[in-house]
Amino acid sequence: MSIQEKKNAVSLISSFLIFGLYSLYVFQNEPFGALDPDSPYRFWGSFILILIPVTIIAKIVISIVFSILHRIATKEDEPNFADELDKLIGLKASRNSYYTFILGFVLAMASLAAGMAPGAMFIILVASGFLAEVTDYVSQLYYYRKGV
Amino acid sequence: MAKSLIGNHVRKFRFHHDEMTQQQLADQVGVTRQTIVAIEKGNYSPSLELAFRIARVFGAPIEDIFFLEGEQ
Repeated sequence: MSIQEKKNAVSLISSFLIFGLYSLYVFQNEPFGALDPDSPYRFWGSFILILIPVTIIAKIVISIVFSILHRIATKEDEPNFADELDKLIGLKASRNSYYTFILGFVLAMASLAAGMAPGAMFIILVASGFLAEVTDYVSQLYYYRKGV
Repeated sequence: MAKSLIGNHVRKFRFHHDEMTQQQLADQVGVTRQTIVAIEKGNYSPSLELAFRIARVFGAPIEDIFFLEGEQ
């Protein structure tokens, strides 16, 4: 497994861990107050706003720790640049991620049009954001493994 | 994913150049080793620029290293 594949695998696992642990914490401890089904806007707004910096910081920390551990374990220097293959794979993975999120966005709007509760729309939006991130990493893993 | 339509003799040329490693070739043409691996496996067709840079490292015409599948 190449360094790029390892990095993507680590990012994929960390995405599940960060999102899972954050959701668990929010729904168990209710730091933004209890979720009111009739007026969920404040809860979901806070949920998404805090999730973004938490994810960014956690990803940076995990990335640094991975780089250090990888260097110690393999004595191999990590490439400090992205070449044409990396950029092409990144673009294709972003495209797949974008399609996933757009599909989720359309479903979220459809849930509102169908008269479902606003909470359902937010759940679909958050889930599609998470799935879009997963799609990005899985796509990159696939393209690095199978070629482009 | 379909195999690349462009074949190559990069592995053979490396062997004939003092058994140059993939990392050495990657360093000389400015890409990662993973990209050289993908090119040799036929999983990636390099850009024209990269193909020319590889040809220059081996001191050979580009068509001696890269070819359309089915033509050789």
